[in-house]
Order: sequence, then structure tokens, then C-alpha cells
Amino acid sequence: MTAELVRGQNHPLSEVRLEIRISAGSPVVAAATLGDDSGRVRGAEWVVHPGAPVLPGLEVSRQAAAEHRLAVDLAAVPEAVHRVDVLLALPTAGGGPARFGAVPAPFVAVTALDGTELVTYTITGLDAESAVIALELYRRQDAWKVRAVGQGYTGGLPELLTHQHLPEPHRLATAVEEAVTQGLARSIAPPPPRTQHGDRPRRTPARAAGPDRSESAVASAPRAADGDRSGQAPAFGPDQADPAVSTGHVPTQPVASHDGPASGVPGQSATQPPYPDQSSPGRGAPQAARPDGSGHPAPAGGPVDYRHPRRQSAAPQPTAPGEPVPQSADPGASGTPAPAAVPPPSTPTAPAGGPVDYRHPRQRSATPPTAPAQPVAGDATGWSMDERLYNQVWGMFEDLARTTAAYRSAVDFAESRMEKEIDQVLADPRSRIGGRAETAREAARAKHTQLVDQARAALDRDLDQLTAESEVVEPALPPAYARWDNPVWHGYRVPMEIPMAVRLGDLHLPESPSLRIPLLVRLPLQRGLWIDSGRLPSVFEDEPFADEGEVRRLAMEAAVAHAARLLAVHPPGEFDVHVIDPAGSGARALAPLVHADVLAGPPAAGAAGVADVLSRLTQRVDLVQMAVRGGAPDALPPGFDTSEQLLIVNDFPHGFDDRAVTQLRYLADEGPAVGVHLLMVADREDAAAYGPLLDPLWRSLLRLTPVPDDHLADPWVGHAWTYEPPAVPQGSQVLQLVLTQVATARRDWNR
Amino acid sequence: MTVNLTKGQAISLQKNDGGSLTAVRMGLGWQAAPRRGLFGSRTREIDLDASAVLFAGKQPVDVVFFQHLVSDDGSVRHTGDNLVGGAGQGGDDESILVDLERVPVHIDQIVFTVNSFTGQTFQEVQNAFCRLVDETNGEELARYTLAGGGNYTAQIMAKVHRVNGAWTMTALGAPANGRTFQDLIPVILPHL
Repeated sequence: MTAELVRGQNHPLSEVRLEIRISAGSPVVAAATLGDDSGRVRGAEWVVHPGAPVLPGLEVSRQAAAEHRLAVDLAAVPEAVHRVDVLLALPTAGGGPARFGAVPAPFVAVTALDGTELVTYTITGLDAESAVIALELYRRQDAWKVRAVGQGYTGGLPELLTHQHLPEPHRLATAVEEAVTQGLARSIAPPPPRTQHGDRPRRTPARAAGPDRSESAVASAPRAADGDRSGQAPAFGPDQADPAVSTGHVPTQPVASHDGPASGVPGQSATQPPYPDQSSPGRGAPQAARPDGSGHPAPAGGPVDYRHPRRQSAAPQPTAPGEPVPQSADPGASGTPAPAAVPPPSTPTAPAGGPVDYRHPRQRSATPPTAPAQPVAGDATGWSMDERLYNQVWGMFEDLARTTAAYRSAVDFAESRMEKEIDQVLADPRSRIGGRAETAREAARAKHTQLVDQARAALDRDLDQLTAESEVVEPALPPAYARWDNPVWHGYRVPMEIPMAVRLGDLHLPESPSLRIPLLVRLPLQRGLWIDSGRLPSVFEDEPFADEGEVRRLAMEAAVAHAARLLAVHPPGEFDVHVIDPAGSGARALAPLVHADVLAGPPAAGAAGVADVLSRLTQRVDLVQMAVRGGAPDALPPGFDTSEQLLIVNDFPHGFDDRAVTQLRYLADEGPAVGVHLLMVADREDAAAYGPLLDPLWRSLLRLTPVPDDHLADPWVGHAWTYEPPAVPQGSQVLQLVLTQVATARRDWNR
Repeated sequence: MTVNLTKGQAISLQKNDGGSLTAVRMGLGWQAAPRRGLFGSRTREIDLDASAVLFAGKQPVDVVFFQHLVSDDGSVRHTGDNLVGGAGQGGDDESILVDLERVPVHIDQIVFTVNSFTGQTFQEVQNAFCRLVDETNGEELARYTLAGGGNYTAQIMAKVHRVNGAWTMTALGAPANGRTFQDLIPVILPHL
């Protein structure tokens, strides 16, 4: 229920982690002051504003924008803070309107993390004021409440801050103005979502974990350019550390891209509100994309019963006569050998009739069968749908790893027990008489079968649930996360923001070959990629990939598909692709990129071309590094664009001399920290002549294969997962269509 | 229904309504050592560790302890190592959560242990206790007072095991000596 507040009205807050969304007709500065129990703002360090955008539990945008999203975690706010005032001010620089009376009434909404609007407030009645206290969040008996304030100040920010009894209000107001001005001067370089994302996942617990947790930490450390801005926020003029001096952006763009923490769902156009369906938050977008669209989980294929076989009759009617109560109370605990009658789980999951029960087995027995927890896309923590889906996918990844671990452990145990028992039978001389040995052996085998069946039943129950989840999640994924055959690619539009991650393929386990987990890798890339064009993949040895040239062709095609996807999910001008193709052997695979004209330059051929591209990129890494280390990113040459760079290297080490190899290693080591990444298409054997010299290079790259191969391990249990490269559907023009749009956007951007 | 147990006491616990446990938590709490030295830096920290060992037919299959916080199957989770203890006011400083319905089918016993990693015996530790809680309703099932419990550095707390398809808890409370759960395996085996 959304409470629509009028001026002066207050409302209790049911959540402590909130987002405050502000929309005004023209760019405004958003800030907040913290007050103690007597309402006093203790000093400038208790003000969060564009020059010092982060305080514990609070974050505001670094720039003026028409749309803001402030992240608020009231639980993280210091104990001493009893009041948080949310302020809006019109920036004095930039020639915008100077009074709120000249702009549409600002609208403020306090929402829960899932997007549910808790309260909204439209600040009406403003006229000559240029600063306004929009909302006040305050503690009342250990709970937080929100009040609609709407107090405006004609004297602008200085007067407002004076009124808050801040020491040196003018100085602070000037600092805010400076930060905003510098933000404008930076022109609207797209606010680095990677900075914000780089922070955020570290705040989201548990599920974001994965290997990426460490990666993101690693990533933002060397990325000093961005790190400085988020980490040492209080330094005024934070953008000084930012080498991103991009020009040519239309000033209206930042408005949409300044959304702050929730950096939007890629693929959604910037002009739309990122949550089109606010009435059913958290579910809005994804549900619309669900295959059935209905609230009822009735996936294709008719009714399916996901409940545990033994629970089927017991659970809905716990008092059903003849049902042993203890069994219905805990059907999952099937450790005892009693129910030899456990049917193989495939039987009941077939068209057994009755409604689908997606509820987690745990919830089923704990709470009586009331609320079925049907899987919903975006059902995870996160500050944006992008992040929630990312976390959900990683959660599914972990769940599948763990449930499979349970199954494998049970099967191993069953086998070792059976062997032991049979050994005992054989060792016992008495059992040699008559058919005893055979009987005992049979018994051991039966015990084995029974345990394995039970384990399989438990696994299948979990797999069904994960499959159901996957069926709603896949269609809801944004382009960056989606398979190439996902319809979302047909509605592709060049994004305004860098997504949180990108899908590099699918992962699955032999126990559940049809359940594919998207392999999502965080952006910006933390390490280069290596498409292995050598060594025939172990799992498909008998498949017709024996032709070495065929593997190389597939490898290059995979590289092109990865590069195309990376180009497509970055805003124009944020990502450049260079190609080294010394012998021109990759020309055919590269054709889509070349024809669409989305490369930074034509593929470099010959030794001279190799040397040229490498030295340019090496120089770039040097420059950015020096600038960043010296704390003088401003010293970068004018017009230096700091977009991410991807270098595709085909046929390594063909065309490479020793110097070029050294440069390549340098790029692999130092490049990722300053946004220069490698995409090697190579057979390690080809470079065997270099000996161990290149080992660090290969180790530093994420190895992918052009054909399915089981070489990737999960971070929890260490299963070997079969990686499958993302395939563009046969005969589909989706890649060309997407690249055409990318090319158009790049041309417009360059103009 | 809190049962206050003395060491060596073994009783079976089953829910009053005849149902079985679905989720239990083992909580461990103790009081941090008093600060010593001019700057409080010479404190001899007390580090107690809670562990859970998963057995299948008397074979240890998996262990959850401070270096392996989640069992591979995900059913047993340790909330994290506490190296110094707490206020000694009765709050849990370390917890192990067991989702009994997610425990793999072949696991039939889970044994909870407490060790003194820093070597203090339970005589030297103030306000140390461990307890088992029915996580579904927060009800305390059993509580041991460890403090003053004798010249031991470890205790086999309790086990949950499958009885006729339902989980049951048996308090063990057997004293032992050891720095980590590995030292305790021989002591645990007789209780399986």
C-alpha cells in the first residue's frame, strides 16, 4: 500500500533498507543532512552531498539530475543519528531554472528494495525557493518514520543549511556547488555504474558471494580512477581522479543515466522509468516476460506435481485417514529403509494431475499449505533488477552445486557400503554354504539401490524446483544476461548504462543436462578471456570436431560472438574492440564485426600491424597508469577517451616477435586494472616454443572453449561444470541486427 | 522446555506433538577474557569453536567448522568464527544451523562439538554455555553450562540422528580434550 503524503504528514516505515526516488522536471541536486537526538547537525561530515556522496547507510548521486535514487540503509546509519533530512536544491551553475516555481513539482517516493512504494509525496506550492527539505526520516521509539516536510528556502542551499544550524553553511554550500559544477563540466560522462556496482555487491551479503566477490574487490582496488571516487568520497572535487573526460554527450542523457544505485535494467530505454510496473513491484517486468504471463504457475506441459512423492496425499490433507502422521510431518527424512515403495520421482512428476506445487519443501512442511512460493524472476537481494537477477542466477548456481554434491556424496557412500558388505560376505566362510552368499549380496545391492533411489528423489525434487525457477528467470533476463535466442535481443536497444555482468555461456552438470545456469561474469572484466582453439575437448572426443581447422573456426566465431555481446551491452563509446589477425585467417569469422563497422580499426595484419596495435595499447596502459598513480588523471592528453578496450588476438603467436610477446604479457598483467582486456583465440601448443615464459599469461585468462567442455569449477564444491559457449541460433540475423544498431549508435556518438 | 544438562547426561528429545525437528541451531557463547596490561593488549583471548560432523553409517562424510563454514550439500551452515567471545550475557557467539530437511539422505547422524582452540579448559572460561535451539520456533531444547565444567578443553555436545525417518536429538555432553574436531573423532565414534 502506498501512502500518499501531504505536507506535514508522517508515516511509519516498515523497512530500513530503502530507496528514495526523486523525479523533478529539471536537474536538481539531492543531498541529506543527519541530525542527532536534539535535531542538531553536528558538522559538515554529517551532510551527504555530491561532493561527499557516501556516508554509512546513505548514498546520493554525485551530480545534479532530474531523476535520483538515493540508497538508504537506516540500520547502517550511526546510532547517534536520529534524523535524516532529504534535501533538493536547484544547481546555480549551468543556466537552469533558478526557482522551483519554474519547474514541475518534484515528486518523491520512498520504496522498499523490491520496488514497492511505501510513501510518495509531491512537493507542491513552491515558488521562489531554490532549495527544499523534501522528507525527514526520523527515529521514534526505535522505529523509523518518514515525514513530508516540503520546507522551501528562497536563499537556496546556504539558507537551508544555515537553518539546520550547520557551522559554515556557505562554505559547505559552495563545496556542493563546486562538486556539481565539476560534475557538469565533466559533461556528463556517463556516471560510472561500474563504480557504484563495484561497491554495491560488496554490501549485498551471501548470494553475491561467488568467485566474483573476490574479483570485484580485486577489481575496484586497482581501478583507482573509479575507486577514488567512491572510496574517498569526502575529498571535494572527486572527479579529479576521473580520467573520463568524454565529450559529445547530449546534456539530456545524464538525466536518465544518473539513476544512482539502481542502474537500471539494460535494454530498457533511458526515457522509461526503470520500473514500468510499479504496482506489482519486484515482479512487474519479469512477470510480463514470463511465458504464461499468468499469476498461476502453469508451465507448458500441463500440470506437474513437484511435491515429494510421499508427500502428495499427506501434505494437503494432513488428517487424511490412513496416513501415518510422523511421515507426513517429515517426509523428507527418508533415511530409514522402511519405504521400499518410494516410487522413482519421475513417475509423479509426469502428468499426475493436480496443481503445480512450487513451494520449497522446507516451507511446505513448516507452514501449512497456504502460500505457494512460486518462483519469481528477480527473487533475490539487490539494488536494481539487474543486480537482483544476477544474484538470483548465482543463487541458483550455488543451489545446483550443493544439491548435486549431496546426491554424489550419497551415491558414493552407497557404493562404498555395498562393496564393504559384499567383501564381508565373501570373507565369511559360512556364507559359502548354499545360496547364502548370493542372498547377502542381493541384500547389499538392494540397500545400495534403495539409497541411490532416495538420493535421486531428493535431487529430482530440487532439480524440478530449480528448473521451474530457471523457466521464469531466463525469459526475464536483460540482453546482457540473455541467450542469443532470447526474444529480448529482438527488442534490443543500445543501452545507456553498463550492465552489472555479461553472460559468457551456459553451465550444466551431467546429473541435470537440461538445467542450464547462465555463466555471468562481472563487468568491467576482471581478467581477459582465452578461447582455446587447441586441445580437443575431453567430453566430446567422439564428436566430429576432429578437424583442427574446424575448431579454430569455431573458436574465432565464439570470440566474435563474445565481442559482439560486449559491444552491444556497453553504451556507445564505452567499449572499443581492436583485432590482431596477423595472417588474416580470421577474416571470415570477423566479417560481422568488420561489415557492421563497429571495430576501432580494421583488423591488424602482419608483424607491423601487430607491433602497431600492441604499442598503442601498451602506451595507453602506461599513460593511464602513470596518471592514476601520480594522482593526476587531468594530465591525460585532451580528447583521450577512457573507454574499455578489448583486444582480440587471433593465431597467437603468429606474427609476434619477442618484443610483441612481452607487450602482450604486459597488457595481460596491467591492462585489466585500467580497462584494457585481452580476448585470445589461441592454441597453447602453438606457443609451446616459449616454454614456461607464457604460463602466467594463460593462467591470467579465463579459459573458454568453442565447444562444450567440462573445465570450469564452481567456487563452493568444486564440481567440474560443462561449459557451453553461447550459440547464435542457426540462420538467425540477431547478431547482424544488434551490430547494426551498435554501429549507428557509435556513429551518432562520435559525431 | 529447556533441559539443563550436566556432563555425561544423555536424554532423547522429541517434539511434544510427536512431530520431529526440522531445523536446529547449536549456539555457543562465552565471556571474553578480561583485558590485561596497561593497554588491554596482553589479554589471553579465549577462542572456543563450534563444529558439526556429518556421519553416514559411522563414517565422517563432511565437517562444518570455522574453516569450512557450509557443508558441501548446503544443509549445515556455520555463521562464522568468533575468536574472542562476547559479553557473557547469554547471547550466542557462534552458531551452527542445520536444516534437517536438506540433509542428504545418507547422512544419519550429526554430532556437535565444542573445542577450546586457544587451550583454556572450561574451568578457566567464564559464562560459557552451549545450547540447542529448535530453529522453527526458537525454543531451547537443551543447554549445557560449560564454565567450571572441569579440566577439559572440548565437549561432545549432542547429536541429531534419524530414528524411523524422523530426526531426534540426543544430548551427549561427553568431555574430551582437543584443539579442533579432528582430535575428537575417536571420542565421538563410541557415541554413534
